[in-house]
Amino acid sequence: MSATGIGAAVRRKEDFRFITGKGQFTDDVTRPGETRAVFVRSPHAHATIKSIDTTEAKAMPGVLAVLTGADLATDKIGNLICGWMIHSKDGTPMKMAPHPALASGKVNHVGDAVAVVVAATQAQGRDAAEKVKVEYEALASVTDPAKAKSALQIHDIAPNNTIYEWSLGDSKATEAAFARAKHVTRLDIVNNRLAPNAIEPRAALAEYDAGNDQLTLWNTSQNPHVARLVIAAFVGMAPEHKLRVIAPDVGGGFGSKIFIYPEEVVCLWAARKIQRPVKWTCERGEAFLCDAHGRDHVTHAELALDEHGKILALRAHTIANLGAYMSTFSSSVPTYLYATLLSGQYDIPQIYCEVDAVYTNTVPVDAYRGAGRPEATFVVERLVEVAARETGLDPVELRKRNFIKSFPHQTPVIMAYDGGDYGASLKKAMEIADVKGFGKRRRESARRGKLRGLGYSTYIEACGIAPSQAVGSLGAGVGLWESAEVRVNPTGSVEVLTGSHAHGQGHETTFSQLVSERLGIPFENVSIVHGDTDKVQFGMGTYGSRSGAVGMSAIVKALDKIEAKAKKVASHMLEAAEGDIEFKDGKFTVAGTDKSAAWADVSLNAYIAHKFSGQDLEPGLKETSFYDPTNFTFPAGCHICEIEVDPETGKSEIMKWTAVDDFGTIINPMIVEGQVHGGIAQGVGQAMLEGVVYDGNGQLVTGSMMDYTMPRAHDLPSFNIGVTETKAPSNPLGMKGCGEAGAIAAPAAVMNAITDAIGTEQLAMPATANAVWSALQRTKPPQAAMPPQAA
Amino acid sequence: MPAVSMTVNGKPVSGDVEARTLLVQFLRENLRLTGTHVGCDTSQCGACVVHVDGIAAKSCTTLALQCEGASITTIEGLAEPGGPLHPMQEAFRENHGLQCGYCTPGMIMAALDIVRRNGNELDEHTIREQLDGNICRCTGYHNIVKAIAAGAKAMGQDGGARQAAE
Repeated sequence: MSATGIGAAVRRKEDFRFITGKGQFTDDVTRPGETRAVFVRSPHAHATIKSIDTTEAKAMPGVLAVLTGADLATDKIGNLICGWMIHSKDGTPMKMAPHPALASGKVNHVGDAVAVVVAATQAQGRDAAEKVKVEYEALASVTDPAKAKSALQIHDIAPNNTIYEWSLGDSKATEAAFARAKHVTRLDIVNNRLAPNAIEPRAALAEYDAGNDQLTLWNTSQNPHVARLVIAAFVGMAPEHKLRVIAPDVGGGFGSKIFIYPEEVVCLWAARKIQRPVKWTCERGEAFLCDAHGRDHVTHAELALDEHGKILALRAHTIANLGAYMSTFSSSVPTYLYATLLSGQYDIPQIYCEVDAVYTNTVPVDAYRGAGRPEATFVVERLVEVAARETGLDPVELRKRNFIKSFPHQTPVIMAYDGGDYGASLKKAMEIADVKGFGKRRRESARRGKLRGLGYSTYIEACGIAPSQAVGSLGAGVGLWESAEVRVNPTGSVEVLTGSHAHGQGHETTFSQLVSERLGIPFENVSIVHGDTDKVQFGMGTYGSRSGAVGMSAIVKALDKIEAKAKKVASHMLEAAEGDIEFKDGKFTVAGTDKSAAWADVSLNAYIAHKFSGQDLEPGLKETSFYDPTNFTFPAGCHICEIEVDPETGKSEIMKWTAVDDFGTIINPMIVEGQVHGGIAQGVGQAMLEGVVYDGNGQLVTGSMMDYTMPRAHDLPSFNIGVTETKAPSNPLGMKGCGEAGAIAAPAAVMNAITDAIGTEQLAMPATANAVWSALQRTKPPQAAMPPQAA
Repeated sequence: MPAVSMTVNGKPVSGDVEARTLLVQFLRENLRLTGTHVGCDTSQCGACVVHVDGIAAKSCTTLALQCEGASITTIEGLAEPGGPLHPMQEAFRENHGLQCGYCTPGMIMAALDIVRRNGNELDEHTIREQLDGNICRCTGYHNIVKAIAAGAKAMGQDGGARQAAE
């Protein structure tokens, strides 16, 4: 392993600009004549718009335009769309309601954009926005997904506020398996609604070049090419080749910056109308009202076991809240990213899942770190843990009895797992966590009047979101391959243009490591170019832990072609047969001789083309690849949370966190560990701190970081991280993906630990001190009644 | 509009600002020092932390006019262009204390204030408690805590010269 090659903990290339304040985030970009957009948003959860009077606002100082949904319709700007078709059990297509970028006739959630003011300065825009007079007639609203079907209908297209009623699996066979069961565990689960809260708020800057009829959008996007495609082809803003989307440095995404939102559409439209650049930068309070939220499932789940603790079947019914409109990929999250993972790491012969997706008067809900897979893991891992407690089996033993041990393994819910060793990650995690010593530690806690618990989460996820044929058959409107272009310059330095997009993942470093290792050239001689539709031809962006398994595989394929062509050039230079040229450590040699040519010489010769005829070989050294894998990847592992609860206050403290993950090949262990840390923090946040709350009138109670509890440094411990490795067989590097694992595994580990400590399962997320204390008051002193933990 | 004058990163600056202009707006928009970020608008996240007369302050809830005559240090002022990085900057890079980089300038500025108040030998508990005013969504804080401990130590070894220069 070289110091900068695959497997090395290379320090990141991107860090210098961030630690010196030289990053270029969207709000840092300015254009001459720039103006500011300020949105007027609905204060009502559900209301008809009786009238909008913009007269006074338009007369305010600095105001250039005040635009409404009526203007949008006049200019024939199209609606936003959801790009993944889901059909109901009865075969009918999902009920996608119109989603105009500015509300038309009716508002459907607090924060729904009604008008936009464009002014010379932000302050002038805000002053004028207060003068836009909107007359509303309030309607009854609903925010609880469990009550949505009986609430006032929100969209004409969707009776009972139902978007689809979907199912997966064999209901009759599952029912028969339950009939044979010796024991059935039943749980009612609320997967709490979360606000993603990337620390960089969303922003958009649009500029219109009238001379060339060209629009440019700087945008906080995880996938600028998809944004361009949707805004061009569906919204109809401009032809695709007349719209450039640039996503510069992006300050975290976690899914929330995948989607195409009203604000960037409005900025583009307004910039062309007023012929000046228009910038919108979201404020945090506004972000809570307009960035897509995550999770929000209400589920009843059941697990059937035989007399030996073998799982016979699992069934679940989930109501998924999609909010007031269907966001870009919202429909896929509670279906193909959720129910397909309900087999977990276990051999479960029958699974049946029903999902009802509903509209409510809340912010749209879409993918948030893990997207569907955290919800599935929470259902499976809570069921398994509770089943062990109910049957008196050790939770580790119950898991081991049911682990899938041979591969490939076809689950009853679509997925074909291609490899893994679940026993290995569990065993290693138990060693690092010192599970053997837990009993002693629990007794020691008890002496101090504290309750100690241990919780496991043996999770699986489907990552490397692709292959296109598979997702297409499930309703995806796009292919999910990835592209790469490798440009070798005449001096031998290399630029890689990738369709992946980094917003914290460190691609400039890891992708450079791959190229450095493969071509034997210095890490510093590689540049990674991404996030600009004028530079990179097309790409699908970064989400679903796909940039390693799919994005880097595309680079490998392009490098294969580069090497093949470079060998042809070298064969002419060295006057040898092409088949005799060997390439190793940046040097081309003629097999069995001491004749050689260095990488830089071959690169130069490819361009000066003095040594070969243009008829035999084209000059230049640049290759492209579009890579589509043969399967999803299946990262898996075991997280163990050890927690101590103070029964006097209900406050829980994580005493130790152990994570052992199998991500396949790891390019940079430092970066991978960082991804795991961040994922765990978000998962712990969901389990213990975070939760979006609406009141009975549909008002958002958790509308700022003063009300919505973000995990802080003192809420978390340091983490003990380990890895096991089985290669992913579906891509050339054997990578599986690591970006979401922590967020997927952590909530179940926390809740299994706290419920172990307090001796009741009646505890919902977030398990705040108040919630835990209240649960303790409902139960008896727990320690004596607890089943023995793993010894 | 009222005029305001202050010293920013050692250079005297002045400008005419609306009375409601925040320090962060003055830094970002008037001076184009865009390393200082806004993350929450409510003094919770700390992406906007700068030093006002040597003490950490949240520039998103400080009026520019409050800083009349003050000496401000931003992330851009920690290292000379082309010169060596400040030990705390170096520690964040060495310990992978950042991912997306958005909260990072505020984290580094807050970290320096933790060192100012607590010295160069910082334990994990102290760092985690003292970092209460800064939120990171990417790192889970694990490596930020390591970075601050390492940076604090390096500042001690680096001698008082650099700290005194601030």
